[in-house]
Amino acid sequence: MSAALSVTTVRKSFGGLVAVNDLSFEVERGELYGLIGPNGSGKTTMLNLISGALQPDAGEIKLAGATISGLAAHRIARLGVARTFQLVRVLPSMDAERNVMAGAVFGHRSLWGAELHELARELLALVGLRGREHVPVVAMTYIDQKRVELARAIASDPQVLLLDEWLAGLNPSELAIGIELIERLSRQGRTIIMVEHVMDAIRTLCGRCLVMSSGRLIKEGGVAEVLSDPEVVRAYLGDDDA
Amino acid sequence: MEILVTGILLGGTYALIALGLTLQYGVARIMNLATGETLVAACFITFWLFASYQVSPLWGLVLVAPAAFAINWAIYMWLLKPLVDRAKNQGMLEVDSILATFGLLFLFQGLMLRGFGGAYFTYTYLAERFEIFGSPYALNRVVAFLAALLIAAALYLFLYRTRSGTAVRAVAVNPNSSNLVGIDVAATAALAFALGGALTACGGTLLSTFYTFNASMGVVFTLKALIIVIMGGVGDVRGATLAALILGITETAVASLIDPGLMLAATYALFMLVLLFRPQGIFGKQPT
Amino acid sequence: MTRFLPDEFRIPAIGAGVIVLAALLPLFDDGFYLAMAVNIVLYAALCTAWALFSGPTHYISLATAAFFGLGTYAVALGNELLPFPLLVALGAAIAAVLAGFVGAATLRISGVYFVIFTLGLAELVRQIVSWAQVKWSTRMGLYVFTDFTEAHIYWMLLALTAAVFLTGWLINRSRLGFAMQIIGNDEAVARHCGIDTARLKIILFMISGAFIGMAGAIVAPRYLYVAPPSAFNPTISFLVVIMALLGGTRWLWGPLVGVIPFTIVMEFVSANFPNDTSIVIGIVFLVIVYVLPDGVTGRLEQLLARMRRTSTASKAATVKEAA
Repeated sequence: MSAALSVTTVRKSFGGLVAVNDLSFEVERGELYGLIGPNGSGKTTMLNLISGALQPDAGEIKLAGATISGLAAHRIARLGVARTFQLVRVLPSMDAERNVMAGAVFGHRSLWGAELHELARELLALVGLRGREHVPVVAMTYIDQKRVELARAIASDPQVLLLDEWLAGLNPSELAIGIELIERLSRQGRTIIMVEHVMDAIRTLCGRCLVMSSGRLIKEGGVAEVLSDPEVVRAYLGDDDA
Repeated sequence: MEILVTGILLGGTYALIALGLTLQYGVARIMNLATGETLVAACFITFWLFASYQVSPLWGLVLVAPAAFAINWAIYMWLLKPLVDRAKNQGMLEVDSILATFGLLFLFQGLMLRGFGGAYFTYTYLAERFEIFGSPYALNRVVAFLAALLIAAALYLFLYRTRSGTAVRAVAVNPNSSNLVGIDVAATAALAFALGGALTACGGTLLSTFYTFNASMGVVFTLKALIIVIMGGVGDVRGATLAALILGITETAVASLIDPGLMLAATYALFMLVLLFRPQGIFGKQPT
Repeated sequence: MTRFLPDEFRIPAIGAGVIVLAALLPLFDDGFYLAMAVNIVLYAALCTAWALFSGPTHYISLATAAFFGLGTYAVALGNELLPFPLLVALGAAIAAVLAGFVGAATLRISGVYFVIFTLGLAELVRQIVSWAQVKWSTRMGLYVFTDFTEAHIYWMLLALTAAVFLTGWLINRSRLGFAMQIIGNDEAVARHCGIDTARLKIILFMISGAFIGMAGAIVAPRYLYVAPPSAFNPTISFLVVIMALLGGTRWLWGPLVGVIPFTIVMEFVSANFPNDTSIVIGIVFLVIVYVLPDGVTGRLEQLLARMRRTSTASKAATVKEAA
């Protein structure tokens, strides 16, 4: 059986800057895979390439064996890739329920009517927002907006879920809640790729992870092994998060 | 050959108008849809100076350009800068500036209709024959082209040889990092907008020497200028100049070979080609 | 808005009532007031149809005059060959095709190109139509002889307006409407939710264009004589933008709030100060940008929201205390 997601020698450059340099990795079904590295190492670019926000210059990305690189973002979404954004992006004119509904109408899952409302309510309850369905998202706190965004991403029942620093900017108690939430999603059997700076979260959550630096892969493997690798430590030297 | 020369002569004036707009849109980030009205206003003022005070259009430039600079600077500071400040993103600024300059478009057009009525105007200046490669051309067109060439050259020197010119180019590329290296983005944008208005007005003054104009023709010129700017690539001075020449030649060719009534259709045909094949402009890089 | 509340049908019911009442007008007057009512209903249809597309996308379309003129021309050309309803449908179809073409050329790239393309579209179509007319026939214009009275045209326009409102209401309740709302909020998010943003925008622009083409076809008999400069009058495009934005496009009935007063004011201005209409249009544009950026209805909504926020804030406070 093919991997949930496979990335083969993908390259992306902006003018002279090579943001992703011949990167290859595979993510198995049901795996929680970490993508880490110092600022500007190309992690978010990699997520943008997978989700179709950007097109790779070279290389191939496959979702469950089928090539998705080169497709438009909306087609990739329909095939089952969902994502959150580094800076939370909710739909400001809507309430929480409609924000979540947006994920389940046009994508990998296509619901409408009572079923859709039902699903949105369920997912809001899952992320801890039971009873807040009709609160306008602009009136919500940062973490609650992040919860709404996460619920919207899983509303499409994606094959692969991409989290772009979903835990960033949370205070310690919120962080514990967030980690538990991601863990719960992972236990449900979801395939998740998370870009993250919070190393504690990577240690707690991920089985394997990949370290990027200046667009290149410098280490991939089990989390404990990778994080103690001298080269990885060097790449992070001076970075407060390490 | 005659078509080519006439086209290039016309393209020179178009280039000034388009350079003005590309500064306003590429640097100040204001899509100025009233640019045609600036042009027409310059036509009328030049006409009025010539008819009432016998001021030659070339001397008229000396009066019109600084006046247009001052007026456009004031418009930017009072009307457009508040929009820049309140816009949350580029999209909002685009919608706001489009609507605001529509307002100016109609306001100026209305004022000119009041002052001069809806009739067509023309005056005789340097209408004698001038021979190029054995074919006769009107001297006023040749003079207008040469003047446009001089003004464009001056602009080029300003942009590439002076400190404030470099700042203008830097802001065109990236306002955020320009801010970081100590360029006063707001002041540079105002300067670029005012300078753009002055260039467009120069284009108008030169145009009036050989072109029949009226108070409500501004929109057509706005459209031409916009299409030239897009063809050339937004903020690209060389691209705009080349695109202006291409448009001048195409229009002249269509007008003399098919039908003068289809000039706009020719403009649109060019626009379509650009949109289909090079939406980033002639010299533009592929978007990354 | 897709919530199934019992009062969901109240607004359409009120709308139907208003339309029935409005339909009675020709029984009382067939002169000045009817003529003005025809203008109001015409612009109500045009502005609401315009806002179907430009409201959620924020793209300012200036293609109205082109679609409208094509509708008028469909009737003028085919009047002696085909029955009138068929010609109206034809006008809608031609306008929709043009809209699809313009949309496909520009909407995939950027909103600015769209505005620029539509800016000269009416003039472009006018040039082509004039050129074709000169080439293949000798006349510059066409006579439109029908048995329709002003009242007939009024009723047809009223029916069209009702159809536009009904369509808008149905779109708002549909997946298309929901998708447009998401696009209006954040286009990148929309794409990552699986929405083919360019295609939906083109479809919506075609729907909007078709209605505008129909309006042009319906009023064609009113002109008697149709020539390119009058049929493709670019001022129509600008008037539609102004009225719709003045009213506000957040709600389906928003443009109507702009149409009624503005049509009356324009009637007054063009009767008394015919040379100053441009100045009035210019000033209203500036007023919209600087004073009423979301239109009259947007301003009202803001005031309502402010009032509601103070009440929910106090409510939220009590909930927190209880928890």
